Amino acid sequence: MEVMPKWADVVLIPLFSLLIAFALSALVIIGIGEDPIAAVKMMVSGAVGSTYGWGYTLYYATNFIFTGLAVAVAFHARMFNIGGEGQAALGGLGVALVCLSVDWPHWAIALPVAVAGAAVFGALWAALPAYLQAKRGSHIVITTIMFNFIGAALLNYLLVNVMRPAGSMDPATGKFPPGTFLPTLHDILATIGIPFSKAAPANVSFLIAVAACVLVWLLIWRTRLGYAIRAYGHSESAAVYAGISPTRIIMIAMLISGALAGMMAINNVMGEAERLVLNSVEGAGFIGIAVALMGRSHPFGVFLAAILFGFLYQGGAELALFTDIPRELIVVIQALVILFTGALDNMVRMPLEKLFLALRKRDA
Amino acid sequence: MTMMQKFLGAAATLALSTGAALADPAIIFDLGGKFDKSFNEAAFNGAERWAKETGGKYLEIELQSEAQREQALRRFAEVGANPIVTTGFAMSTPISEVAGDYPDTKFVTIDGYVDAPNVLTIGFTEHEGSFLVGMMAAMASKSNTVGFIGGMDVPLIRKFACGYAQGVKAANPDATVISNMTGTTPSAWNDPVKGGELTRAQISQGADVIYAAAGGTGVGVLQVAADEGILSIGVDSNQNHLHPGKVLTSMLKRVDVAVYNVMSAGDAMETGVITLGLAEKGVDYAMDENNKDLVTPEMQAAVEEAKAKIIAGEIKVQDYGADNACDVLSF
Repeated sequence: MEVMPKWADVVLIPLFSLLIAFALSALVIIGIGEDPIAAVKMMVSGAVGSTYGWGYTLYYATNFIFTGLAVAVAFHARMFNIGGEGQAALGGLGVALVCLSVDWPHWAIALPVAVAGAAVFGALWAALPAYLQAKRGSHIVITTIMFNFIGAALLNYLLVNVMRPAGSMDPATGKFPPGTFLPTLHDILATIGIPFSKAAPANVSFLIAVAACVLVWLLIWRTRLGYAIRAYGHSESAAVYAGISPTRIIMIAMLISGALAGMMAINNVMGEAERLVLNSVEGAGFIGIAVALMGRSHPFGVFLAAILFGFLYQGGAELALFTDIPRELIVVIQALVILFTGALDNMVRMPLEKLFLALRKRDA
Repeated sequence: MTMMQKFLGAAATLALSTGAALADPAIIFDLGGKFDKSFNEAAFNGAERWAKETGGKYLEIELQSEAQREQALRRFAEVGANPIVTTGFAMSTPISEVAGDYPDTKFVTIDGYVDAPNVLTIGFTEHEGSFLVGMMAAMASKSNTVGFIGGMDVPLIRKFACGYAQGVKAANPDATVISNMTGTTPSAWNDPVKGGELTRAQISQGADVIYAAAGGTGVGVLQVAADEGILSIGVDSNQNHLHPGKVLTSMLKRVDVAVYNVMSAGDAMETGVITLGLAEKGVDYAMDENNKDLVTPEMQAAVEEAKAKIIAGEIKVQDYGADNACDVLSF
């Protein structure tokens, strides 16, 4: 029998971890001579206090949902895919090729193809490390992180030498044609009469990210394949005994993982920048690891954790815009959150478990 | 009252509460951050000099992500900052999208290019400055081999490298130029350790003068060059003082002067396109007491002659940015 009820595991532990992280961050802010309460107020009002803030928070969250799901799916097969960065970058290449190759008449036609392009390129970039793991036993952590650098080099080469419009000093593709512009949340909500900030970049990709959460949940807990992935993740020898092929599971789990990471590109490349720039992923692939850890590899947890990190990104931007708190401190706050929710999990878990045990004994 | 108006009000209140009055200038530093020992720091120094001399205040932000480019421009424009100065070519596209929405705000793009009535484009002829330091490198080299270390392989850095290589060949047609880029991710602009490794690699190939155009990475290049007893060339700011007697010269790119001038002009500044070259002292080579023993009178005479000829148009230095090609160096 579980020591703690499920809700405590999912809600209470992350909440306590967050509170400790924020308390420590407050001490750091006091240490540099700023007012932590004013800072928190500014973060909250900047990130969720207006539809403008929400627009940015959800934009960042969309990126993190995709990369978080990517890491989570691989986690279920007990594989540590830290190549989300490179897979998302290659997904961006897929989106750019789709958007630039055809003069799309309408975004609704371009979007499914772009999603497919992003997923295929992301999956392909994960396929090679997966194959090396499945057939050669090369550790996936080493190969995926190396592929991040190969991906960066490849994009660097393509953007500077091949895809850059003549005469432009900026290593980026030209602007995508208007037929590929995705509707922002402003456009979508306006149709049902809800006013939403026009300037914010959150777009229809957010809805696709939510749909991806549901699909991943269905896949992992409601299909035979998901069962096989989880079985393999829990015990390889038991899975083999049950007739599950490790090679097949490693390949499939990593392809899905890479495809999800690649799909992030419909948000940042197609939805926001509307062109492919160098370094378009900006660390979202690595944030995805923290998001998956914090979300306990459950799609709903990933969703919540992604919103939290979106909040930290957008709130942090507000601090950087209007206070003297340096941007490095925002990284410190994010790092503290990751540290407490990911690495120091047991520090909160142990006392809570003791508490619940004590309560149960008293009830019994 | 729409949400947007509410937000505008809130933003204005915020700005006032943080001590910024309307029509203060604002400056947006590119992703490298304002302490990159190079390009952004030069802009920061210019802004600080303006603030110190006039007692004025300015808004600033160091960008952390691509999505913030447009966000920062809009936020500053909405709180009434004017002019809004930006550094780096990557700001061109966001400015061209935002500028039309704020016709009364003036924007400045340094290194970029935007064609709009309320935007000032400031460019530098880095290839010409690099040409001069390339000549000095070739004349100072005893092994007839000189090196170039760039940050990332982007067109702007190719412009530096191409000008440098042309200068080397102009002074010594038989000289060899070794060119390396530090990396493929933005960390390449701030990786002194790798800069040092590349310097050792180039020394082992015979290079005895190395020009670094790599932001913070250059600090490692200059350090290792000094340790190994060869000469180096700094970039953007005057870096001669980092290792006195070991840094041959520095290719000056006076971003600080450009920022200072724009902020001094305030919201009355002229828009359009300004190119700062050798004649305007926008780019130059650095001479001071730290390198006076390294630069012989003959070297200086030759470089001064070339400088006069470039200004007069008698020497044409190929501009990678315009031609998209470099005849003397392949990448």
